[in-house]
Amino acid sequence: MTPPQRQRRQPKQQPLAPPPAKEGEGPNPERLYVIGGEAGDRAALDLVTLIVARADPAPCATPEQEALIRLCAGPLSVAELSAYLDLPFSMVTVLLTELLTERLVQARAPIVRQEIPDRNLLEAVMHGLQRL
Amino acid sequence: MDFKGSDTLPGPRTEDRLPHTAQAAVKIVIVGGFGVGKTTMVGSVSEIRPLTTEETMTQAGVGVDDNYGSETKTATTVAMDFGRISITEQLVLYLFGTPGQERFWFLWNGLFEGALGAVVLVDTRRLEVSFDVMGRLEERGVPFVVAVNTFPDAPHYPVAELRTALDLPEDIPIVECDVRRRASSRDVLMTLMRFLHSLAMSGALT
Ligand SMILES: Nc1nc2c(ncn2[C@@H]2O[C@H](COP(=O)(O)OP(=O)(O)O)[C@@H](O)[C@H]2O)c(=O)[nH]1
Ligand SMILES: [Mg+2]
Repeated sequence: MTPPQRQRRQPKQQPLAPPPAKEGEGPNPERLYVIGGEAGDRAALDLVTLIVARADPAPCATPEQEALIRLCAGPLSVAELSAYLDLPFSMVTVLLTELLTERLVQARAPIVRQEIPDRNLLEAVMHGLQRL
Repeated sequence: MDFKGSDTLPGPRTEDRLPHTAQAAVKIVIVGGFGVGKTTMVGSVSEIRPLTTEETMTQAGVGVDDNYGSETKTATTVAMDFGRISITEQLVLYLFGTPGQERFWFLWNGLFEGALGAVVLVDTRRLEVSFDVMGRLEERGVPFVVAVNTFPDAPHYPVAELRTALDLPEDIPIVECDVRRRASSRDVLMTLMRFLHSLAMSGALT
């Protein structure tokens, strides 16, 4: 039995830029989706940005804010906050943006893939996995 | 906004908390067709009970004639499983298993952009379901390895034949695994890390 055949693709020059719409092709269905509905000004939060509370919840905090602040008494990723609160990721980022503005929580930025990857980081991950 | 019961405050079990020393996190994405074993893999290596995060995507009714000319919108919720591995007291690794509908994977802002790399899980009974995602990873320059999750009734192809079929260059690892086993899933992640390391080394030399 012969497996089906794939064809390799090349990296796009500008990976983040949307492809230009070609004449007569109709709208690309994917382009019609927006994430999380109406987007206001949001902090740049990744799924794995670690959030940790700065102080005890202020008395004026909303129930949602209070729940969030309580959750991040210790550091937790935005993904975990979203899971525990059972709220969509984008909704959590809206709540966190308020808390970050009010300086009630602190964000620890993730280490993202870079043009020239950090070998020490990769080696640390390998050592950690070896101990698993 | 509805919270599930205010008496039972949601939150991590004591053993699922992170130490205060945790400073930064990295992520790896596991992609593949429905039923290929993504959730199983996340669960077998995760130190926490796997969790689910979701995102709401709204499809604007562009080009759709609705009754009163008002804008129609269809909301779709996309759920994603994830797990966690503490690397050091300071560094945490998160593993994300992509949701069922592939067209949503690359719309989830930042899911792939910041990831160290990806594992493409394949089932040799349905190789072609992973073709599109591999192409998209290539287009975006996200490094990946291929892990063949071995199901008992699946055809077995020699690696060389798979490499030809998947049109992958020699340096991209293709490994077999049984994602139900922690050691096997761990080895897949190690394969990805070694590959990323070799890319970093060759990048440093050129
Ligand atoms: N025989 C066998 N079954 C597996 C393996 N991995 C997963 N499964 C089973 O396949 C089913 C689908 O796996 P799941 O992880 O939910 O797939 P997902 O849709 O990619 O998340 C589950 O019933 C698993 O128990 C494997 O390596 N071998
Ligand atoms: Mg699954």
